[in-house]
Amino acid sequence: MSEIIQLFSTFFKIGAFTFGGGYAMIPLIEREVVEKNKYLTSNDISDIIAIAEATPGPIAINVATFTGYRIAGVKGAIASTLGVVIPSFVIIVLISLLFKKYMNNQIIENAFWGVRISVLALMIKALLNIYKQCPKKALSYIVAVVAFVAVGLFNISALIIIAVAAVVGIVYQQIAGKI
Amino acid sequence: MIYFDLFFVFFKIGLFTFGGGLAMIPLIQQEVIRNGWLTQDELIDFIAISESTPGPLAVNVSTFVGTQVAGITGGLCSTFGVVLPSFIIILLVAGMYDRFRKSNIVKGALVSLKGVVVGLIASAVISTAGMIFSESIASQGYAEVVIGAGMLVVFLYVLYKKVNPIIVIIASAVIGIIVKSLI
Repeated sequence: MSEIIQLFSTFFKIGAFTFGGGYAMIPLIEREVVEKNKYLTSNDISDIIAIAEATPGPIAINVATFTGYRIAGVKGAIASTLGVVIPSFVIIVLISLLFKKYMNNQIIENAFWGVRISVLALMIKALLNIYKQCPKKALSYIVAVVAFVAVGLFNISALIIIAVAAVVGIVYQQIAGKI
Repeated sequence: MIYFDLFFVFFKIGLFTFGGGLAMIPLIQQEVIRNGWLTQDELIDFIAISESTPGPLAVNVSTFVGTQVAGITGGLCSTFGVVLPSFIIILLVAGMYDRFRKSNIVKGALVSLKGVVVGLIASAVISTAGMIFSESIASQGYAEVVIGAGMLVVFLYVLYKKVNPIIVIIASAVIGIIVKSLI
């Protein structure tokens, strides 16, 4: 039982102090789970990250759930997932309730004009990072262009594009043998 | 009922999001903006705030949308919805993750999906840029567009130099106030 509580509080800390998404969480998880508590090894963490990247959903959640499961089964998974979600949930709810009230202020609107541009910059940076991680294979490039055109220009449902792309990838791999 | 709608929409979004929070944007644009729950501006503002607060971007944005649409209960529904698919799939995979990782089916799908993520984020970049600059043209004309573009280049450079994104966001807010009062 104490393991479960420990998991919850460890991931609560991680969730409360991680800025910038799932990958930023990993050093914290290594420190808490591998070094401090010795629940898992570094290799375990690498496995977890590989799976987290291959499954749908936010990386942070995938990593938290998997780590919790590896340490203490389903109960552990629930503890770690709840822990990582609750702090940001509370903060966002508070901000959200104030949001509409303050957005009508001219100064805040001006500030957000500037902020939108910095968010655009962040998105461009993320795009470049993700592009670097993209497999250097013809299939990936073709799918990237098709997805961009289909969703960006023709507003075809992104869900459909994703499902189709997964199927295409699987089929192509079976036909072409080694990918 | 709005609560069920929120849960269902974000369950779908959680189920189809690969590659992190920003790849979620076109999905949110289509599912959430189409429902009239949010405007494009508001989505970008939510993303800005979500980047500046702790926690995963994808979850923060989901919580934000849900709370805006239907209060705290709405926030619970959207957050639960976006987290649940991850949770279930990881538990299903966890028992056999070695086989999962080596599976050719998974490898094949991922080669394709990693390409899709690039396309989706590129699409989000274009639509966001379009929204920001067309708004500038409509309200203040090309002067604001040029200044905005200049700011964008500066921010990109600063981020490339590994300055903390939160500092950049806060600085951009201050710069926004100053610039807009001068234009």
